[in-house]
Amino acid sequence: MDKQIKLSVSTLNVMNCVDWVMSPECGGIDVFIGTVRNATKGKAVVKLEFEAYEKMAVSELEKIADQASTKWPVQKILIHHRTGVLQIGEIPVIIAVAAAHRDAAFEACHYIIDTLKQTVPIWKKEIFEDGEVWVAAHP
Amino acid sequence: MKVNILAFGIAKDIFGGSAIDVELVNDATVFNLKYLLEKQYPQLKKLATYMVAVNNEYALDGDTVHERDEVAIIPPVSGG
Repeated sequence: MDKQIKLSVSTLNVMNCVDWVMSPECGGIDVFIGTVRNATKGKAVVKLEFEAYEKMAVSELEKIADQASTKWPVQKILIHHRTGVLQIGEIPVIIAVAAAHRDAAFEACHYIIDTLKQTVPIWKKEIFEDGEVWVAAHP
Repeated sequence: MKVNILAFGIAKDIFGGSAIDVELVNDATVFNLKYLLEKQYPQLKKLATYMVAVNNEYALDGDTVHERDEVAIIPPVSGG
């Protein structure tokens, strides 16, 4: 399995990610694109700010990619995640998985985004007109 | 021994900075560290949960902290 894991302060490019996972042995590519939503629980969001513990985030993302490749027969896994301030509609995360057959690509991609949200040391701050909050910090 | 503790996300707000130094006994455990931090920074106990990472790996309460380890407080993550 080939993998490409990257944290980036600049705009993520979907087509570059698809191009990287594309390969002749693969019959399917599944892509998850996270986008910044304009509201949370009915409250308008102005922008988001992402912070990462970069070294550990990369190593946790590599672990997740490795786990996915032991669970499903996939050829290529790409995970790109943004840091810094993102406006509404911008892309904080792209996951692209290429496999010989679609089921493996769908399931691995789903597993990767779900696990990323649970274990990777990256934090999101929601900024509202009247304040800001670190997401999930408090019960 | 003096150990440098990195803070991220809301932990940075709680500590008032991205790193603090704490004084621990030699061979202190993660549990000892959390106990000390929660005494100095009671707001840590209000978090939904938090983890300690030692040398870029999630650590358990019984794991030992050494002087030159890279130690970080990991509040609830929210990437993606």
